[in-house]
Amino acid sequence: MNRFAAFIKKEFRHILRDRRTVLILFGMPVVQVLLFGFVLSNEIKNAAIAVLDPSNDAESIALTNKLVSSGYFRLEKTLNTTAELEPAFRTGHIKMAVVFPPDFAASQDDNTREAPATVQLIGDASDPNTATTLINYANAVIADYQLEKAGAAPGVPVVRAETRMRYNPEQKAVFNFVPGVMTLILMLVSAMMTSITIAREKELGTMEVLLVSPLKPIHIILGKTTPYLVLTLINAAVIVMLGLLVFGMPMRGSILLLAGECVLYMFVALSLGIFISTRAKDQMGAMFMSALGLLMPTMLLSGFIFPRESMPQVLQAIGVIIPATWFNPVIKGIMIKGVGLDVLWKETLIMVAMALFFLALSMRNFKDRL
Amino acid sequence: MKSMISTDRLSKTFGSFTAVDAITFDVQEGEIFGFLGANGAGKTTALKMLTGLLTPSSGQATVAGFDVRKKPDQVKQRIGYMSQKFSLYEDLTIRDNIRLFGGIYGLSNRDIREKTEALLEKLELEGEAGKLVGSLPLGWKQKLAFSVALLHEPGIVFLDEPTSGVDPLIRRQFWELIYEAAANGVTLMVTTHYMDEAEYCDRVSIMVDGKIEALDTPRAMKKAFDAEDMDEVFRKLARGA
Repeated sequence: MNRFAAFIKKEFRHILRDRRTVLILFGMPVVQVLLFGFVLSNEIKNAAIAVLDPSNDAESIALTNKLVSSGYFRLEKTLNTTAELEPAFRTGHIKMAVVFPPDFAASQDDNTREAPATVQLIGDASDPNTATTLINYANAVIADYQLEKAGAAPGVPVVRAETRMRYNPEQKAVFNFVPGVMTLILMLVSAMMTSITIAREKELGTMEVLLVSPLKPIHIILGKTTPYLVLTLINAAVIVMLGLLVFGMPMRGSILLLAGECVLYMFVALSLGIFISTRAKDQMGAMFMSALGLLMPTMLLSGFIFPRESMPQVLQAIGVIIPATWFNPVIKGIMIKGVGLDVLWKETLIMVAMALFFLALSMRNFKDRL
Repeated sequence: MKSMISTDRLSKTFGSFTAVDAITFDVQEGEIFGFLGANGAGKTTALKMLTGLLTPSSGQATVAGFDVRKKPDQVKQRIGYMSQKFSLYEDLTIRDNIRLFGGIYGLSNRDIREKTEALLEKLELEGEAGKLVGSLPLGWKQKLAFSVALLHEPGIVFLDEPTSGVDPLIRRQFWELIYEAAANGVTLMVTTHYMDEAEYCDRVSIMVDGKIEALDTPRAMKKAFDAEDMDEVFRKLARGA
């Protein structure tokens, strides 16, 4: 036991001596959560728009006012001719244009006409996400305007859709980013750092000396991973605290269950890290393998940034074998929905299976290859 | 004299390739045994079996009186090891390295403290204990690594090309440490590809294609092969293979 303690002490000393490692370990989670939370947000406010309104009647002015007062749009320019549209978009001053027909009010009242009143919405799709969001906002405002008009006219049946966004009524993006960053950081620290630190011992030849010593392979693996397990747990706590205190995320479920699931996910990540280190020849190899094989898929395919539902079948299938795909809903379920194991048992079981599988695989490899 | 290493038709095969082919030899207590051979001749594989890194495919080997197959833990506690790649942690201090390896081999804290002071004094590194090992010149690193390998007072020390990349003067100094250890009753098994170093050994074995082709004192070997020096012996043997 003392031998093992001496080894763990050395591992901590190694990690803490290197300022860069410490900075990556503790600085990165904080920076990432703050970045994702404050800077990257899906909501758009006060987008610059232009209005081309040749009819300039009570109805077109009312609709323009309604758009601007929604808070999503800011009237940047009033255009006089369609020729002015192109330069306005080209210079990037406006993100969307609203074009009224010459007889907007009149065309609405005239039920005999074949074509109904039209408003043209033109978006700047050089940034497709923003354009889609803006057009959706504008459509919603116009639909609202229509309902009000219809409500005033008796005899026309009206369906008003009332929406409620459960669990996250303000639709804060940070509710998605905090769990996402957590899956990413825990994977990064557990898997990448572990694989690099083991590959390093191989590269420098110290692994041979350790294997010749009375330390058993299992002790070497535990000794290399225990410090990272501890540090990753601290990281997870920091991320959750930031989510709760800075971004006002709720903690509706059991914090103990969350901690337990974190440890489970870390076991999966650590065994992946050990597996990679048995394959990689040196530190660079280990770094590339974990960056390309673990971090990229965790970020892109787990549903953290892009919704899995909209991915091609192949990518969805790959997503299934990524641990974060299962861990992400677990964090959200516990923190935001307040559910327990009765709901999350499937995800949990899958992660347990992954942990056992990779642990067995890496243990076998560790003996064979080192 | 008792024998510290004893093998009987020790073999290792990887698939259809026989890396070590039924080698049989004994090394006596306090002996400096040179283990020679070209790259790929099988000496590293043989060394790995004797240090418990590889399990033999067939044959027997006892090290420090214990069967390497049945009692690898007993063997590991009684041997020291220094590899061709430098075997201390460069980014830890000298003191931290000594403390780590002392701890791994199960020395008590008091033992570690006392041995650390003795070792630093002997190597004249008292003032440098807090320095990173990486900042030492290569020759000093090798000496330190050897001293750390002796820390837990093993009966046998395996040195796998300990002096590769070191200049001749430092190599001489390093061999003085080896002689000193041998004089204290430590058995040393050294692999090297410097033939001048082979002359420093009490007895030498030369491996060719997994087999031990010659085993004797350097003097007897030179006589048998009618050679000026070990280098010539080695070339004559290799040509015969």
